[in-house]
Formats: sequence, C-alpha cells, structure tokens
Amino acid sequence: MKRFLLPLAIFVVVVGFLGIGLTLNPREVPSPLVGKPAPEFALPQLHEPQQMLSLQDLRGTVWLLNFWASWCGGCKEEHPVLMQLAKTGEVPIYGMDYKDRRDEGIAWLQRWGNPYLAIAVDESGRVGINYGVYGVPETYVIDKAGVIRYKQIGPLDESILDKKIMPLVRELQQQ
Amino acid sequence: MRRWLLVLLLIPCLAAAEEARPLAENPQAEARLKTLALELRCLVCQNQTLADSTAPLAEDLRREVREMIAKNMSDQEIRDFLVQRYGDFVLYRPPLKATTTFLWLGPFLLLVVGGVTLAVSLRRRAKTAPDPALSAEDHEAVAQLLSEGTKRS
Repeated sequence: MKRFLLPLAIFVVVVGFLGIGLTLNPREVPSPLVGKPAPEFALPQLHEPQQMLSLQDLRGTVWLLNFWASWCGGCKEEHPVLMQLAKTGEVPIYGMDYKDRRDEGIAWLQRWGNPYLAIAVDESGRVGINYGVYGVPETYVIDKAGVIRYKQIGPLDESILDKKIMPLVRELQQQ
Repeated sequence: MRRWLLVLLLIPCLAAAEEARPLAENPQAEARLKTLALELRCLVCQNQTLADSTAPLAEDLRREVREMIAKNMSDQEIRDFLVQRYGDFVLYRPPLKATTTFLWLGPFLLLVVGGVTLAVSLRRRAKTAPDPALSAEDHEAVAQLLSEGTKRS
C-alpha cells in the first residue's frame, strides 16, 4: 500500500497543476503597462479628421479608452455594455478605432450606436502597439494623472464592469 | 490524346518567370530581423514566432522592428521596446527573475530529485534482494536449456 503513496502524491500534484492551467485564460497576458503612465498619442478624430484627440486633452479626468474596430466581432459583443455604461454617464468612454477604414468605422457606429465622447483613429496600429494591444476589443482605465490603472483584454461584460471596473473608477474619481 | 494532355500541362512552363525580387533593399537588416523575430512570440497566435506568423499584428510588429533596425538600435533595445509593451511573454527565452526561477531551475531540481530517488531505491533493492542460491541441479538444467536453444536456432 505504501509504495503507491508516492506515485499517487505525484499524480495529485500534476493533476492540481493541470487543473489550474485549465482554468487560466492564455489570452490574458498581464500587461506591464498597468501602473505606468499611458503612452502619449495625438491622432485625428473619426468624425472630424481635422480635429485631434490627444492624451493631454484628458488630463484630470478618469476615463476609459476602448480599442475597437468595425471588423472586430468581440466589439459587437461588448457594444451593448458600452452603450449602457454611456447612458449612465458615470465615466467618459473614448474610442480608438484600431486599424480600420474610416468610412466603415463611421457606418458601424451609425448602425449600432455610438457610446464614445470622441474617437481617435489609429490607422497604422502604432498607438495600439504602444498600448500593448494585441487583440481588439481592449479597454484601459486611465486615471486623472494619466496612469493606466487597469486593462481589460477581450470584450467587457456586465460582471467585469460591476465587479472590477466601476469600483475602481469610483475610487479613482474620489482621489 | 494523352500526349496532347501532356503538352497542355507543359504550357504554364512557357510563362517566363521573373527573377524573384529581393525581400528588402538591405538583406543584412532583413537577416537581423529574421534572427530577432525567431526569438519573439506573436501574441495573437501564441505558439508562433513573430517570424512565422501572418497575423496583422505580427506584420505590424515586424514593421516596427524593421524601423528600429534602420534606426540602428541594438537587439537588446528592440527586445526591451517589445517587453515594455507586451511583457516578458513576447520573449521565447524568458529572463531569469524571481518569478521565473522555478521555470529555469525546476528541470534541474527534478533531475536531482529523480537521481536521488533512483540511487536510494536501487540501494534499498540491493539490500533486500535475496542472494540467489543455485543448486548443482539448477545449473545443469540451465545448461541443458541453453544448449537446446542453440540447437534450435
């Protein structure tokens, strides 16, 4: 009986590790940018290309930066959540149209609704690279000092919003 | 009929192939990009390198790396640029840090544990195994069986 104890123990440990591995999401790569100043950008806006949107414009507010694109399926999925959030007006949402065509981006918003206060266009994907974006949608919570406080990889849903993002936003707004 | 078919098959060969254009104006830079990209992970299709992947992000990142090479940045600076944005995960060779010690030392630890276990169990077995005491009869039987074997073959 005793001779089976060790293999059994090893088996249990291996199963434990594999079990933990199964519950992890390999897409959720922790971002090294959380806690660091958000990378600077100044890009033309989607609806008024002659106007610019830059990080400096948003100093002093807690805001969400949402990378999206008209070609992105997950963006459609999270879109109602953003619309709902925009309706409450609790936190301003700014969009970054990532590697998209301007006309298609505008058409997409016309069709599904526009939750954003303003949208910048990242045509080359450079700003996306600076923000460590590797799959849209991605959402950043940026505080009054322009520091990234949270990064959401993949579509937002109500439970993430209620449990993580909104409590954080309220806390940051108090500061 | 068959012959005509063969001739038909050969027609595409008549199309003069243009000489393949060089991949880049600067083959040296391209070679550097390749060696660098082989060590970097594509984050979209996570088990591919930046060199293999055809994902749009990988294309963009190759473009960035190409530009950094043109700016004469060192390999380390280029890697740092990517690590700052995507974390150590982009490196196929993660650095030795507090969080990665188990990753680097784990295999050696397992090797030592395995070796010690093997040595201990072998020694224990050598102690417990009874000395095989063979009688003269046994020897004879063995010799007979062996000789039968050689005859058969």
